[in-house]
Amino acid sequence: MNAAFRIPGAGRLSQAKTASFSFDGRSYIGIEGDTLASALLANGVHLVGRSFKYHRPRGFLSAGAEEPNALVQIVRDDARKTPNVRATVQELYDGLTANSQNRWPSLAFDVSAVNDLASPMFSAGFYYKTFMWPKSAWKSLYEPQIRSAAGLGVSPDRPDPDHYAARYAHCEVLVLGGGAAGIAAALAAAETGVRVIFADEQAEFGGSLRFESGAKIDGENGYAWAQAAIAKLKAMDNVRVLSRTTAFGYYAQNFVGLVERVSDHLKAPGRELARERLWQVRASRVVLATGAIERHMVFANNDRPGIMLASAARTYLNHYGVAVGRNVGVYTANDSAYAAAIDLKKAGVNIAAIVDLRDNPTGPMIDEARGLGIEINFGRAVIRAGGKLRVSSMTVQPKNGGGERTIPVDTILMSAGWTPSVHLFSQSRGKVAFNEETRRFVPGTYAQDCVSVGACNGTDGLDAAIDEAYAAGVKAAKEAGGKDSSVKTGKGAKPKVDASESWSRGMLGAAPGAGPGTTVKAFIDFQNDVTAKDIRQAVHEGMHSIEHVKRFTTNGMATDQGKTSNMHGLAIAAETLGKPIPQVGLTTFRPPYTPVTFGSIVGHARGALFDPTRRTATHGWAAAQGAVFEDVGQWKRAWYFSKAGEDMHAAVNRECVTVRKTAGLFDASTLGKIEVVGPDAAKFMELLYTNPWEKLEPGRCRYGIMLREDGFIYDDGVVGRLAPDRFHVTTTTGGAPRVMHHMEDYLQTEFPHLNVWLTSITEQWAVIAVQGPKSREIIAPLVEGIDMSDEALPHMSVREGKICGVPTRLFRMSFTGERGFEVNVPADYGEAVWEALWAEGQKHGATAYGTETMHVLRAEKGYIIVGQDTDGTVTPNDAGLDWAVGKKKTDFVGIRGMARSDLVAKGRKQLVGLKTKDPKVVLEEGAQIVDDPKQAIPMKMIGHVTSSYWSENCGLSIALALVAGGRDRMGQTLYVPMPNGTIEVEVTGTVFVDEKGGRLNG
Amino acid sequence: MLLIRCPYCEEERPELEFRNAGEAHVVRSTNIAGESDDDFEKFFFIRSNPKGVIYERWRHIHGCARFFNAVRDTVTDKFVMTYKAGEPKPAKLPGASK
Repeated sequence: MNAAFRIPGAGRLSQAKTASFSFDGRSYIGIEGDTLASALLANGVHLVGRSFKYHRPRGFLSAGAEEPNALVQIVRDDARKTPNVRATVQELYDGLTANSQNRWPSLAFDVSAVNDLASPMFSAGFYYKTFMWPKSAWKSLYEPQIRSAAGLGVSPDRPDPDHYAARYAHCEVLVLGGGAAGIAAALAAAETGVRVIFADEQAEFGGSLRFESGAKIDGENGYAWAQAAIAKLKAMDNVRVLSRTTAFGYYAQNFVGLVERVSDHLKAPGRELARERLWQVRASRVVLATGAIERHMVFANNDRPGIMLASAARTYLNHYGVAVGRNVGVYTANDSAYAAAIDLKKAGVNIAAIVDLRDNPTGPMIDEARGLGIEINFGRAVIRAGGKLRVSSMTVQPKNGGGERTIPVDTILMSAGWTPSVHLFSQSRGKVAFNEETRRFVPGTYAQDCVSVGACNGTDGLDAAIDEAYAAGVKAAKEAGGKDSSVKTGKGAKPKVDASESWSRGMLGAAPGAGPGTTVKAFIDFQNDVTAKDIRQAVHEGMHSIEHVKRFTTNGMATDQGKTSNMHGLAIAAETLGKPIPQVGLTTFRPPYTPVTFGSIVGHARGALFDPTRRTATHGWAAAQGAVFEDVGQWKRAWYFSKAGEDMHAAVNRECVTVRKTAGLFDASTLGKIEVVGPDAAKFMELLYTNPWEKLEPGRCRYGIMLREDGFIYDDGVVGRLAPDRFHVTTTTGGAPRVMHHMEDYLQTEFPHLNVWLTSITEQWAVIAVQGPKSREIIAPLVEGIDMSDEALPHMSVREGKICGVPTRLFRMSFTGERGFEVNVPADYGEAVWEALWAEGQKHGATAYGTETMHVLRAEKGYIIVGQDTDGTVTPNDAGLDWAVGKKKTDFVGIRGMARSDLVAKGRKQLVGLKTKDPKVVLEEGAQIVDDPKQAIPMKMIGHVTSSYWSENCGLSIALALVAGGRDRMGQTLYVPMPNGTIEVEVTGTVFVDEKGGRLNG
Repeated sequence: MLLIRCPYCEEERPELEFRNAGEAHVVRSTNIAGESDDDFEKFFFIRSNPKGVIYERWRHIHGCARFFNAVRDTVTDKFVMTYKAGEPKPAKLPGASK
């Protein structure tokens, strides 16, 4: 059963293979190979959407990617509701469900269409002028209203269940655009043996050969020739042919992004198929064969459903076998629309009249149309279209004025000429040039190794296009290393054009009846509802740059990126300004050429694959013990270990008390570790850290501070000297990569004379901190070859030996203020050694503890965390760490920066301790501090809280803070104003537990 | 994405493998502690930020990890040349007329 407008025998699809689909809940029958657009047109459906601003009824303008009007929502299931799909691009599959957008309650009766009547309110720039007052109404009233009325489609509200593939590819010649020119270029390049990638956005290659019934190449119909050429290219090992693939972005050095639509055209794509595939191609040479796009005529009500581009009607007829109407009017300013009239007439469709703006054009097409008995009116204009949900008439008038005549039609085909698609060329940073004779922007100055051929280069005529493209394909391939000799000559080489159609010229800007002084709705940009009048108004209101006109009117700013509208808008702006077009200039083309899904850009990098996860050797053990983890950079770190019934607070309190009473085990593996080795290792350390290192004895450790050249603290950590020429440096967890980078920078570029090697050993060593009064008893039974006594292994020392039979670097050091050790073992043994230590620890009642307890314990001792208690503007002196700066040193990174006047001035923020007057109140980290809570708002803030915890060991809340002149304020009362009231605090020293440090030494 | 030639690997590699490291040929004084405020300001804060040819440092961080110098046009983003760290600023650029 054929749909009413399908012409038996016409088109290239097999009309027997039907596919059912629904649009807005109604069922229709299409055929395989249809687009949603051709299938709807076959059923006589033209009304498919409402416009963005005025909610005017809209139909199909085009048959391709430039479509501004026919945007629909494709619904596969609850999670797959894709909005803004161009019906002219969406391929039909059996069971396809589509809905119209931007209408309520129905497409034919849309309440918001009242906007059309109220259009004086919505003129150009209305966003900037209206709804400005009262200010408070913007958030609550205007914006929500505008958003709900002006939306295009509805986003899906569930995670995207599809997956998206990605490929990187390299080739010598990348050919973009699969029309006659692209095919010729690809054939030429392929025959030289170089790698060729050839992409086209359509399901089938052929470009305009899909509708050009008059083209004949190598003795065949143009489209058949194209299919044969593609089959030949596909069979070549050095050629990759990609259909349904859009080159959306042209980036630096011939790097081109393409999206291949893999399964959107399938009825039930299997899970193994990606929805789309992103191709990132690096090509030695790029051949642009992107064709040209037909422009519409700008006249009153030119947006009514049933009014479309002439080439679109030809495509629907010659490819899909669909007549777009039964009584067709044609309005043109160039020859190509005649071909549409001729094809339709021959297919049995009545052509009511051709209206041609030109005075006395001549040519074979005009003769043929006349010969078929079609009425032709020269020197006349269509000044308005009648009808609302579908065009019903066209009113014709001599172009210089005179009597009107209204001709009933159900369709109007229009052609104002063709615009070369210079989008990708322009994205490649090439500069376009205006050809005065043809009034077109064509590629001018190239910025990259690419070449434009055919219609996108302004080359008219099939013969000339193929000549140019073939030569360009050979040249590009040869420049990229292709073999000259293998290029065939004679038969089978360059395609020979036996017959072709040709046209050129046309017009830019508003047609008669929509010129200056008129107020009719003659649309330029259909998708953003921009009319000729809007452009003129923008100029009159002072927008003299085309970039300003564009933004003020939103011309060309919709998802179609002005493919049909840019040149008309520019011409009207130029006319209004009284300047030639090239002086007004074209707006810049930017990626993407057509909309690209986020999915295709994200690819597989989402969910668990968004970012790598780093786990320490004890991760599995900790998880089994009920640890709760926190993210620290890419690391998962045990945060606290909850026992049955404990909340976080209870668990942390227990861990804190147990460590100070007996002992605790903590996984410190994430700390950055760098080995600094070489004869000049100590000299290098002297330059990179503030501390003196030359005299540090092997076997001893020192707390080091690293500055940037500006004198501010960059990182810190304990450094052990294993041998005269070997330092084991630790860094903060988050700082490891940047510290390594910083060290390498100085070693390679400032101090290259130093004989030093740097190796990141973070992942090589698992680190188990055993801290607390019982720590030595826990470790000692497992250690071989190291004297663990206080005399032999005092605080801040390091020994190499064995633990549990495996090598260890055993540090005696503490981040808790208790006697403590850090057991470094090769990461592969980390879990086994941890379990052995844990078993020993159980005998002494030790606990495992996490990062929260680690934070509390170090804060009780006033040990800073770089990045928490410092923020990139804190000097060693500010942090109370002057003792760690070598006073006799003459050079280290930061020595000069640290001496800058502002860094040594009085009143700088200094690190102090805070105790709340009510010991139960725990301050909020980041809270601001003032000295007088009664002062007027805004108060003068003198500092902020950097660390704050409940200390179960002290039985009170403790905090560290940076406070202006803090060390001179000991004992002072300061105030922390919070939303629920002001908190009183007392300034104290930074050490809350064991101020003398006796516990450290056992 | 740019292609950058690493002078140590002697190969063009994609930009993703590299990290920019600021302006090149900014010399750290061997007597930095004794520098005047003005000299330290010039060394630490002042950068040329040209429209056109810039001499800058890059690191092949996800490759050989070496720092090197590059000459790049800030308008076109094109790399004129790259050379090893420590080598003098090229007196003449390839393609330059004089």
